[in-house]
Amino acid sequence: MIGGTVKVHNVSKNFGTTQVLKDIKLEINAGEFFSLLGPSGCGKTTLLRIIAGFEIPTSGDILLDNESVINKAPNERHVNTIFQNYALFPHLTVFENVAFSLRLKKIDKNIIKSRVAEYVNLVRLQEHINKYPAQLSGGQRQRVSIARALINEPRVLLLDEPLSALDAKLRQDLLMELDRIHDIIGITFIYVTHDQEEAMSVSDRIAVMQEGNLLQVGTPFEIYESPADMFVADFIGASNNIEGKVIEVTENRAYIETPDIGRITVDLDKKLKASDHIKVTLRPEKIHISKKAPSLDSPKWNCISGKVDQMVYTGSHTRFIIKTEHGRVFKTFKQHAQYFTDEEPIQWEDNVYMWWHADDSFIVEVNGNR
Amino acid sequence: MKDVLVRSHIKHRISGSFFWFTMLFFYAPLLVLIVFSFNEGRSMNFTGFSFKWYKVLFFDSAKLWGSFYNTLLIAVTSALVSTVIGTLGAIGIYWYNFKMKRYLEVVSYLPIILPEIIIGVSMLMFFAGMNMPLGLSTIIIAHITFNIPYVLLIVIARLSEFDYSIIEAAHDLGATEMDTLLKVIIPMCIPGILSGFLMAITLSVDDFVITFFVTGPGASTLPLHIYSMLRFGLSPAINALSVILIVGSLAMAFMSKKLFKHMFN
Repeated sequence: MIGGTVKVHNVSKNFGTTQVLKDIKLEINAGEFFSLLGPSGCGKTTLLRIIAGFEIPTSGDILLDNESVINKAPNERHVNTIFQNYALFPHLTVFENVAFSLRLKKIDKNIIKSRVAEYVNLVRLQEHINKYPAQLSGGQRQRVSIARALINEPRVLLLDEPLSALDAKLRQDLLMELDRIHDIIGITFIYVTHDQEEAMSVSDRIAVMQEGNLLQVGTPFEIYESPADMFVADFIGASNNIEGKVIEVTENRAYIETPDIGRITVDLDKKLKASDHIKVTLRPEKIHISKKAPSLDSPKWNCISGKVDQMVYTGSHTRFIIKTEHGRVFKTFKQHAQYFTDEEPIQWEDNVYMWWHADDSFIVEVNGNR
Repeated sequence: MKDVLVRSHIKHRISGSFFWFTMLFFYAPLLVLIVFSFNEGRSMNFTGFSFKWYKVLFFDSAKLWGSFYNTLLIAVTSALVSTVIGTLGAIGIYWYNFKMKRYLEVVSYLPIILPEIIIGVSMLMFFAGMNMPLGLSTIIIAHITFNIPYVLLIVIARLSEFDYSIIEAAHDLGATEMDTLLKVIIPMCIPGILSGFLMAITLSVDDFVITFFVTGPGASTLPLHIYSMLRFGLSPAINALSVILIVGSLAMAFMSKKLFKHMFN
């Protein structure tokens, strides 16, 4: 099966006087696992409900396979929705829940039986087929709702925070399950979540939203490594934000004067000129940390020192919060390849050096512009 | 240690005696009723065991049976109608948005809050004003009126266990409004609807005050009949009928519990 394409064409939505979606333009490709990511209240669920047909946009259009569906009811669009709280019919068994839409179409009983069996097998619930929803665990219930939606052979499957009611371990399992089903079925998935790790781990592309605006659309790699603005940088993963003024621009680097960590050098991710005011993001894993001063062979390295303010040992790595002498705080961590032989462990209140390569930071904003 | 044991023993004794006192207050009157239904005499002295009053009940109490059938007819009819209206009303009030929704809900509960005597008087005035002859039909209308809010309350309680997304899911899967009502909402509410129906029957069988106001010639119900018999001295046949009713209701209560368990396990 091939999935459908979805075009969101200048969609705005007002609830009373508040504008929850502001002129959203978005194109989702056929067969893509596409995530709408943002904090609660950013409009991602509203956008999904507009695509599903449960809400009507104030202005704009939705194209499914290049055909406007804005005047169609939810069941006339070739999309189906998975709800946050499963929305299973409590009085029907797993079999009857999955068979619900086929029964409405008055399809032959034997065909229903084999089709339902096929989709119940797909979500691996064969042995629970005669149970009622109340007898299933949260994860199993959500799998029933997935089978119930997929049996309609939709062109696009819409998932509204389908894992948020589950506990952490189960969420991981079901996420992998979703990924597997997506690989088998091959239709387009539009996945709404506020959990950046969930979105990063399974999506082909992600749209980051905030307060009704679309901030950035890109692959997980693009969004993490070159965030469109400081909100995206902070929302996706952890980030150390550095602000400063450009002193000098050379052929491939710039020197920045910062108020709290002195002069640093950055790669020219964006066009800069002297006296530009810029904001830079530096991911914690890009920072090296040691008690010994490093010997740095290239002027492209930045090196600062500080004191360990907090440390959290997590087994595979230790997270550090380092305070520089001007009181600036940096987040970083150290991976434990061999915990005892790497070097003498860094302790609380130790003085440490931190260094990173000019390539590894990213210029997010220049003079307040993205 | 011994002290604690003694204290807990005393506590146990106190709570135990409370239990037995409660049971006594609840069931002693019923027990007396049952015992005296087998009394030979008419007075409150137990003179000997006999089935005399059961014979009187079954072969010589045409009026009593007439009012009993009236009661059953009124109860079943009013419970059926009020269950239909109450269920649809509950679904409307809970899941549809319209103007005055909140007021409608509050107004629907009025019959629960208002004193029965006021409802009785107002119903009587209403029927008189409409020139409706008093009788079975007016009793049935009155019973439907006071039963609706109970059904409404119980069905809304059931609906509040579900999220609106169930309705959206049904629409998403191709169900029309009618499909959704008949294949999702009503089946889902069956436990609430059944409880509402049973509640309505109970209330209807039980009602005296409102029925007293709106009854007409020849339309006596069991409670009215028993009350009227007081003037000539209560026949112990009533005791016999009460025993049959008690056994009947107990059997029904157990059956409905079994039925519910079987249906919604």
